[in-house]
Amino acid sequence: MISMKGIQMDLISSDKLERLSSVEKIRMILDSVEDGKIIVLERGLTPQEETKLIEATMTKITPGEFAGIEIESYPGAVHQSWFDKLRKKPVDRARLTVIGPADQLKMLKRDRDVISAMVSAR
Amino acid sequence: MGIIKKIRKNLSSAFNKIFKRGKLHRIGIYGPPNAGKTTLANRIVRDFTGDVVGSVSDIPHETRRAHRREGVTIESNGSSITLDIVDTPGLATKIDFQDFMAKGLSEDESRRRAKEATEGVIEAVRWLEDLEGVILVMDATEDPFTQVNVTVIGNMEARNLPLLIVANKIDLDDSMPSRIKSAFPQHPMVPISALTGDNIDVMYDKIAEHFG
Repeated sequence: MISMKGIQMDLISSDKLERLSSVEKIRMILDSVEDGKIIVLERGLTPQEETKLIEATMTKITPGEFAGIEIESYPGAVHQSWFDKLRKKPVDRARLTVIGPADQLKMLKRDRDVISAMVSAR
Repeated sequence: MGIIKKIRKNLSSAFNKIFKRGKLHRIGIYGPPNAGKTTLANRIVRDFTGDVVGSVSDIPHETRRAHRREGVTIESNGSSITLDIVDTPGLATKIDFQDFMAKGLSEDESRRRAKEATEGVIEAVRWLEDLEGVILVMDATEDPFTQVNVTVIGNMEARNLPLLIVANKIDLDDSMPSRIKSAFPQHPMVPISALTGDNIDVMYDKIAEHFG
């Protein structure tokens, strides 16, 4: 039997994310990240979910054990149609998002369409 | 929400804007740690009341409790606006006590600061729901594409609340405020140095125009 050491990466489809409530998404993300997994969400979180995730992460931080998360997503499209502007429709910012333990995932560079990251073992 | 409901909501918002101009606006100063939020809050409060809000330091998370200064009247170009200004702890997704040790703090002190910093971030997040506008402070020498910036901007956009981006630290040689403007072109941005006061009058004009 070949033993392989590595880092588990879970890629979550937008279909699955749509079926989960905000609480379930945040629970799934934090449980996975605390286990040392890297999570890639095909469709990212809403701004409100992002703030809830930050809040939940802070309650989990334990000095010497868990330092928090690294999370990066592409900035959303900034162009709205005139009709969306009239209706004051919020800009949809939910795009692909990468989340991992702060001590294992390091973002190297990010711009509007590229996220470059380094993943290391614990 | 149906279109009629949305139109009614927008009309109501426009009505409030017209007839509640005398209302006190509660504005939060947000941003990542060490962007210069408290330096800016001190600058605004000192310029218009002669007082200060909090202490500043090179060590991240110096501000670990939100501080509210009520009724600060900002005068600019013959007009004035009275604001409640809330200086918030730096928003972050990670807090490692070893980062404080690297700045020369003892292990005990670093652990305590890390715990207080996590509580500060939670407080900052909760304040977001009680504000009528945000001044988002970014360090003009750093990459603006951080999740904290994206999250604060997304929250303001989702709630249709006014946001002013302040590109701070333009007194430093490697500052690039244009990078911030091109990262978030949909929002007004003003380059300043909260430390030296460079361009601060332009920021006051923008505050009066944007939050008035």
